[in-house]
Amino acid sequence: MSKNVSIKYALDWTTVFFYVVLVFMGWISIYGASYNFDQASIFDFSQRAGKQFIWIVTAFALGGILLLIDSRLYNIFAWFIYVAAILLLIVTIFVAHDIKGSRSWLVLGPVSFQPAELAKMATALGLAKYMSAYNYKLKTWKDLIPLGIIIFIPFILIILQNETGTALVYLAFTLMLYREGMNGIVLLIGTFAVALFITIVKLSIVPIQVDHGTLGMVMGMFMILLVQFVYAIFFCRNQKEALILLLGTIVISIASYVLNFWFYLNYNYVAILTVVASCIYWGIIEVFYRYKKYLFVVFFSIGSVMFCFSVDYLFTKVLEPHQQVRIKVLLNMDDAPLGAGYNVNQSKIAIGSGGFFGKGFLNGTQTKLKYVPEQDTDFIFCTVGEEHGFWGSTLVLFVYWLLLTRLIRMAERARDAFSRVYGYCVASIFFFHLMVNVGMVLGIMPVIGIPLPFFSYGGSSLWGFTILLFIMIRLDAARLERLH
Amino acid sequence: MINDALQSRRYVIVGIMTAVIVLYVLRLFTIQIIDTKYKNGADSNAFLKKTQFPPRGLIYDRNHTLMVYNKAAYDIALIMREIHDLDTVAFCKALSIDKKYLINRLADIKDRHKNPGYSSYTPQLFMTQLNIEDVATIQQSMYKYPGFYIQNRTLREYPFSAAAHVLGSIGEVSRGKIEADDYYNSGDYAGRDGIEYTYEETLRGEKGVEILLRDAKGRIKGKYENGKEDIAPKAGQNMTLTLDSKLQILAEKLLKGKIGSVVAIEPATGEILAMVSNPSFNPSLLSGRQRSRNYKQLLDDPTKPLLNRATQAQYSPGSSFKPVQALVCQQMGGINEGTMFGCSGPESSPVKCTHHHGSPVSLLSAIEQSCNPYFWNAFRVTVEKDGYGDKNAIFRKNFQEWSDRIKSFGFGAKFTESDIYEQTRGFVPTESFFNKVYKAVTGWRAITIRSLGIGQGEILVTPLQLANEMCVIANQGYYITPHLNRCDSMLKNKHIAKVDKKFFPIVNEGLWRVFEFGTAKASKIPDISMCGKTGTVQNSHGKDHAILVGFAPRENPKIAIAVVIENAGYGSTYAAPIFSLMVEQYLKGKITRTDLEEQISNIITNSNVQKR
Repeated sequence: MSKNVSIKYALDWTTVFFYVVLVFMGWISIYGASYNFDQASIFDFSQRAGKQFIWIVTAFALGGILLLIDSRLYNIFAWFIYVAAILLLIVTIFVAHDIKGSRSWLVLGPVSFQPAELAKMATALGLAKYMSAYNYKLKTWKDLIPLGIIIFIPFILIILQNETGTALVYLAFTLMLYREGMNGIVLLIGTFAVALFITIVKLSIVPIQVDHGTLGMVMGMFMILLVQFVYAIFFCRNQKEALILLLGTIVISIASYVLNFWFYLNYNYVAILTVVASCIYWGIIEVFYRYKKYLFVVFFSIGSVMFCFSVDYLFTKVLEPHQQVRIKVLLNMDDAPLGAGYNVNQSKIAIGSGGFFGKGFLNGTQTKLKYVPEQDTDFIFCTVGEEHGFWGSTLVLFVYWLLLTRLIRMAERARDAFSRVYGYCVASIFFFHLMVNVGMVLGIMPVIGIPLPFFSYGGSSLWGFTILLFIMIRLDAARLERLH
Repeated sequence: MINDALQSRRYVIVGIMTAVIVLYVLRLFTIQIIDTKYKNGADSNAFLKKTQFPPRGLIYDRNHTLMVYNKAAYDIALIMREIHDLDTVAFCKALSIDKKYLINRLADIKDRHKNPGYSSYTPQLFMTQLNIEDVATIQQSMYKYPGFYIQNRTLREYPFSAAAHVLGSIGEVSRGKIEADDYYNSGDYAGRDGIEYTYEETLRGEKGVEILLRDAKGRIKGKYENGKEDIAPKAGQNMTLTLDSKLQILAEKLLKGKIGSVVAIEPATGEILAMVSNPSFNPSLLSGRQRSRNYKQLLDDPTKPLLNRATQAQYSPGSSFKPVQALVCQQMGGINEGTMFGCSGPESSPVKCTHHHGSPVSLLSAIEQSCNPYFWNAFRVTVEKDGYGDKNAIFRKNFQEWSDRIKSFGFGAKFTESDIYEQTRGFVPTESFFNKVYKAVTGWRAITIRSLGIGQGEILVTPLQLANEMCVIANQGYYITPHLNRCDSMLKNKHIAKVDKKFFPIVNEGLWRVFEFGTAKASKIPDISMCGKTGTVQNSHGKDHAILVGFAPRENPKIAIAVVIENAGYGSTYAAPIFSLMVEQYLKGKITRTDLEEQISNIITNSNVQKR
């Protein structure tokens, strides 16, 4: 039997404190970013800071209400909430008006909001519900399939609303899946794929000896061989085989270079054939010596080669032109300060001009003169960087770090799988938003329009993040209830 | 329920999160503290860069008479992001526009389809080409309208209404041009046609920049470093045209009430002295705010005043083609000075003669009397000189040779080295053309294409090409590509006609006789020896086109002229006097026969041509 402990004691006040601090700093930044020369009051409700104040007050109220709801209801109604959110997403596609190409806003009288923000919470609940089932264990690849479906349905619906950035947030769930038992190799493969993609896209425009292949493809193949080498040495402890691979690679490189004096050789094909040869080599070792370890390397290498071939297709055919440009800007391949790179360039200038101490509250010229686009929504971090400088931005990142570690602590101390999975979902989502948004503003990530949690202007996102967080706080508070 | 084995994975996750945040802090450290380039970037952002438009180059005629100059005009530009608290009523009143215009204009500026280069951070043109009177009111109260700026620029002005087709006009640059050339921004002006287009890069100059400093409140604090970094606009280069403005004005006057064109060229240099197409228009119509309205009006005019007939209209040359025919037939050995052919006047067959003269006729009197049967026979014996051969191969080869030699006079192709804005190719039929038309290599013979003998049929020429033909004859065998810019580099475009010099004197003699005894003797000027050829060209649109081509004086020619008047009648009646008056003006500097001048300019051959 559970006993209701007063929520006052059970509540994790630390988290609530971080939440309030972040929301308050965000509000101040919005005031700074949208500050017009003549208008004074932060409470002017016709201005963005004033409107955000209303959103903040209602978000607090919403958080309060969520805390009053019995925590078991989230578990019981998880599927109901998930299905409702999916239906809402479907309805939105047909009902929503086109705003800058995106069909994601539902308008209800004076209020408009994005169901996609709620869908994150609903998906987290759905995943938590499924994975907390008594007999569920994430052990093999097959166990991932139903989870994949739970994630994929809202993902594809949000893509259909033309909100690719928001949809990408669903990638964050891999962190949670890793914690729940998914093979860590997935994260490594993902990282490797990103590295390959960048190498190929960035270096495929660099030719070797005019027309003897491209640096991108050759470097890509070298990276695959490097993975084979490291795998052989560190995971299989087969120094001899690794050395043979290394020698073979060096011999082929030199031989092809020398042969090129007499015959025309395309280094791309040489490099690819080297990888194929290495695969055959590992295959022979596998069959004859029964190491039983190298099959993975063979599949991995073949998959990587295929990926290298499809990068060009992915980049030019699957990605839309503006997305291609954003990636090119990130990789310094499109140098047009007034063109596609304008936003990021201006945002870096604004942050860079802040220096160590910043220019002071409301003194930022870059954001005041409206050089930075979307400066109160996606690029809000610029205002922090310009007006409060290095120490201010670092402080904000530090508070986020405190919040994230706190969330993981809360998730780990949960007494049931449902709360833990949900907690990790929330932490992963916040982390993904932070990583992509700040990375974009700093020019490390491509421009993907997702908000900075609690900072960016907008009721939908603030409400969405508040709901995510406060359900977690409520679930966490319930751990004491069960003790008695 | 706690999964112990997996619990340690929390450290990996916290590790990833910490690593990313530490990476970002390091990045912040680089951007904000180590790297100075972003601080400099911020400084330049606080600048307001105002474009200073250079005055466009002036255009003079060959006697240094000013033909195009500039007058001051004003643009109102805006920076969308800086506009706030706009008092629309006062603003509209100060500019005397209505509120609807303001709203529409702002919407247009923001519309990326109409304004692809739009950015809310950079100046966009709101209204252009305002007069000083238009901006006088708002200039004093500009500080009340943050985000709006006045920019200076210049407008084209013309001291007299002439040579609209040659000079061309300037207009707002098209979207394609902005994308193709970095020099241009939305709302800039560039040459749209004529000389303004061809010599755009010479005339436009280089834009300058005035750099102003602003504070965080957007107020202008003055010039950056006292204007040390400003770039002064560089005025466009002035140009001297080959035109003679007096001759041009006279020709335009003489063409009043008629549809037609006149081209005058200095044979020794290929310099175009006058190029007139009527109906024409006042060039100032296409300058300033009324440009688009006037342009539409001109475009809708059924007499097509925007068409430069001198270079774009094509006609059958008729008798004006005979001098070339005489030259090519001699060169190919079909005829010589002494060759005679019989003529039975109007009863001649298969080509009738419209004139009455003795028979048989010599080459000299055939040119003088414009005898059609003679030139048909000359053409026939030339292309048939070696017989027809198997499958007409020999005949076709000789015809192709004839066609090539005709083309070497500048016919059938554009003058590609020329700086004339728009030209039509004209047409000289070739062997393969007739093979196609008559569907077989044996489908046509000399008799089939007899019209070519007298300049009718498939051949088409422009008035410019006709004037050029006269240059070749005046120069006895070559021409310089006709051009409008008076500079030495144009003089090297020399083209040799494929007819030897020795065949020219007899044609020259014949053309001189035309004015002495022949079809144009009524237009003779006593103390100037003139050479020319009239043409009366049948066409399917009504009365015959009147043509006169010629040059003067006979010794050391100074001017070659082609006159084409559409649907007027005899060349000798309508075109010859215009030639004669223009020669007088150019060689003597003034007109003594003022009553003839008035009489010609009062002739109206087309009632639709309004006085402009």
